[in-house]
Amino acid sequence: MNRARENSWLILIGIVGAIFLIGAPQVLELFTIINLTTAIAMALLALSLGLVWGFGGILCFGQSTFFGIGAYAYVVAAINFGGTSWAVVVAILVAAAFAAVLGYFMFYGRVSDVYLGVITLTVSLIFYNLMRRTSGPEYKIGDALLGGFNGINAPPLNVPGNASWILFPEDVFYVAMAALIIGYFGCVWLVRSHFGRVAVAIRENELRAELVGYDVRLQKLLLFAVGGGIAGTAGVLFANGVGRVTPDVFNLYNAALIIIWVIVGGRGTLIGPVLGAFGLFYLISSLGQQTSINNNLVLGVILVVFVLLVPKGIVPTVIDLWDRKRGRRGQFRRHGRRQRRRGSRTAETRHEG
Amino acid sequence: MDLYIALALQIVYGIANLVLISLGLAIIFGMMRVINLAHGEFLMLGGYTVVISTNAGLNIWLAMLILAPLVVGIIGVIVERVMIRFLYGRMVDTLLATWGLSLVLIGLVTTIFGAQTATTISPPIGAIQIGDFTSSGYELFLIGVTIILSILAYCALKYTRIGLIARGTMQGAEIASALGVSTSRTYAITFGVGAAVSGLAGGLLAPITGVLPSIGATYIAKAFITVISGGTAILAGTLSASTLLGGVNSVLSYLTGPTIGEVGLLVVAIVLLRLMPQGITARLFRRSL
Amino acid sequence: MKGEIVVETRGLSMHFGGVVAVDQVDFNLRENELRCLIGPNGAGKSTFFKCLTGQLKPTFGDVVIRDLNVNRAHSHEIAGLGVGIKTQVPNVFEGLSVQENIWLAARRFHPAARARSLVEETLDRVRLTDIRREVVNELSHGQRQWVELGMVISAEPWLVLLDEPAAGMTHDEVLLTAELIREINKTASLIVVEHDMQFIRMIADKVTVFHRGAILIEDTMDVVAADPTVREVYLGHRKK
Repeated sequence: MNRARENSWLILIGIVGAIFLIGAPQVLELFTIINLTTAIAMALLALSLGLVWGFGGILCFGQSTFFGIGAYAYVVAAINFGGTSWAVVVAILVAAAFAAVLGYFMFYGRVSDVYLGVITLTVSLIFYNLMRRTSGPEYKIGDALLGGFNGINAPPLNVPGNASWILFPEDVFYVAMAALIIGYFGCVWLVRSHFGRVAVAIRENELRAELVGYDVRLQKLLLFAVGGGIAGTAGVLFANGVGRVTPDVFNLYNAALIIIWVIVGGRGTLIGPVLGAFGLFYLISSLGQQTSINNNLVLGVILVVFVLLVPKGIVPTVIDLWDRKRGRRGQFRRHGRRQRRRGSRTAETRHEG
Repeated sequence: MDLYIALALQIVYGIANLVLISLGLAIIFGMMRVINLAHGEFLMLGGYTVVISTNAGLNIWLAMLILAPLVVGIIGVIVERVMIRFLYGRMVDTLLATWGLSLVLIGLVTTIFGAQTATTISPPIGAIQIGDFTSSGYELFLIGVTIILSILAYCALKYTRIGLIARGTMQGAEIASALGVSTSRTYAITFGVGAAVSGLAGGLLAPITGVLPSIGATYIAKAFITVISGGTAILAGTLSASTLLGGVNSVLSYLTGPTIGEVGLLVVAIVLLRLMPQGITARLFRRSL
Repeated sequence: MKGEIVVETRGLSMHFGGVVAVDQVDFNLRENELRCLIGPNGAGKSTFFKCLTGQLKPTFGDVVIRDLNVNRAHSHEIAGLGVGIKTQVPNVFEGLSVQENIWLAARRFHPAARARSLVEETLDRVRLTDIRREVVNELSHGQRQWVELGMVISAEPWLVLLDEPAAGMTHDEVLLTAELIREINKTASLIVVEHDMQFIRMIADKVTVFHRGAILIEDTMDVVAADPTVREVYLGHRKK
């Protein structure tokens, strides 16, 4: 609500992002930089769900679908085109288009949000089962063998228009980080635009939005497609960070991860999911060093604990605590009351950047 | 002729398989409007119960038909008491919490038994001969179990007190809760029964599929589709959706292979969703169980 | 008679299973008219209202708004014709501020600059300028009703459909609401569903009485109030 305070945070985020963009490759080892590229892809993916769920109120449990489709489409197109310039565009468009088609069936069928969550998750799992079966030589798109369980090697990005000038891993990091920064501020712009404010209005009260004259189904479909496109972009970056795309991008673990980033970071904010993705990526990498505690177990416990005890997520909770400490009683009271009145709908209502 | 019998059997088995893996989920959904995302892990736990107890020397029939539903049913009741009951009325949070539970269960089983299972068990019934074709006797047995299970569910819904409450809830959750019947005990029992049915299904399928900590994921996609396509009527929904989707899947799989079968199932489900967003039983068979 | 017919229903019926909520209603509203729909609970007036606003699709019959058949139209399409709709339960964007609520309505059919000035104008008309930055779910019931009224009028509709605009308001708030409605009537035709008789006396021009899903009588408030049948089904019913 406090636009001035929000803007100063945005400036701070921009500065930190820019320092990270320029500074990280200077001080970190190559191995870390490559890992970071993957983490950035994850953060962009988290951002896409933060937009769709946190602002549009669309409960998508299968954001991994568009992520995976983006990754596969990028690889398949790059192999067929013999360069990545257009493959990136194709990947983003295919992911967005698939989201639009799926969205058409769900929003125009007026599926309720709980169903929507389960349906999107199911679609992702079907893709997982499907892609695992594509190991034979008959499963190919153009020149690209889909490779079943083992997936396909991802051609690295090249300089647009010059397929022989292939980017180094450091360069890919720059591209990924720039994409994240652009994606983030693009989303900030979007939620402040008329379109974004209508999305929030629909989240708040669908019937009222309709009576005021907004076509709720179309609005949701468009937002969902934008979210799908961003997730697809994340898929392209992921394919570059890991160097390979396998059916695992669609699996249950991946789908759960995205939800957990957003829950932990906080719905109704854009920076929350991004920080959630980075934080959990770091946590899981550290856990990867040992074998006694299973990742699933840790993530499951985190999810249950947050749903039961910190339903708003870290960033909104910290903002609340901060406000309370600063004696902004009014603002705190407002949050408390809102929470009670809405019960299950824990969607956060302020537009923090 | 024998070919047609074998093919028909295959289709019926495809349908029975869907009913089996979906029924536990449908019971919990129909009565509580809770979609249990840990459903796949309940199946997985049923499978582990059977494999471990059989390898420990227990009779496989006892393990499958008694122990698996018992163990998973008790786990279900515990889960309802310590987690789900705090979240009633908060549909989205319930979904998320059961998803967390799903991950916890996968993690626990992996930690205890490892990511792969070393030992598997073989079906206790061998192949049988239909003319020139052999058919799996165990699949026939599963078809029989599914039929018996459906009849039991029908009787339970029709003639027991909890069945009466269930029917009330299926007609409209508000009415049932206005009558004050949705006591927490009913919910705990429902969740337990749903879990037990899932445990039974997981146990029965273990000899065919083997067990893995992550095997739940291979079941739940189909189970979710079936239950959502079916709608809130527990039995009619599961049976009609299984017949449609299982039929399409089996026929397409027979004609072109399992990959297209899977795609066909998804496409039919999504088109169905556009035509009947509340599921088959919201449009057809309205007053059914 | 006033101007041309702007809303017309022909044989409008709404069935829920075996229940006939609205039974073959023929209804006309003329330009610049202010019409009140009254009737006891369950008379079908709210269902009729929902058919007009596209929230329900009639089982039989037609709804015609300015020569356009809107039977199958969605609510947003009806709103797009320039119709302002307020529902029975206050439907507002709970977590947003008063001015954001009104802006969203004003901006729908107006460019940004015009929308901004409409917001100022509307805030003034519904007397919410002082609390424009408050979040709506902190406001009193009456204020929330006004936010919704503000959303309705900020889009500059030529036809306004209000379902119980004075429900749950204090006496003073009711007076102000009546004043506001008469003011809206200067630029728009109105249909107001209400069962607060005092409030209807304040605003009513012509009254349509619903009973058992059909129109019982349609006349001025004085005639309606004197009608013995109306007294029996509705007024008498209330006094009991």
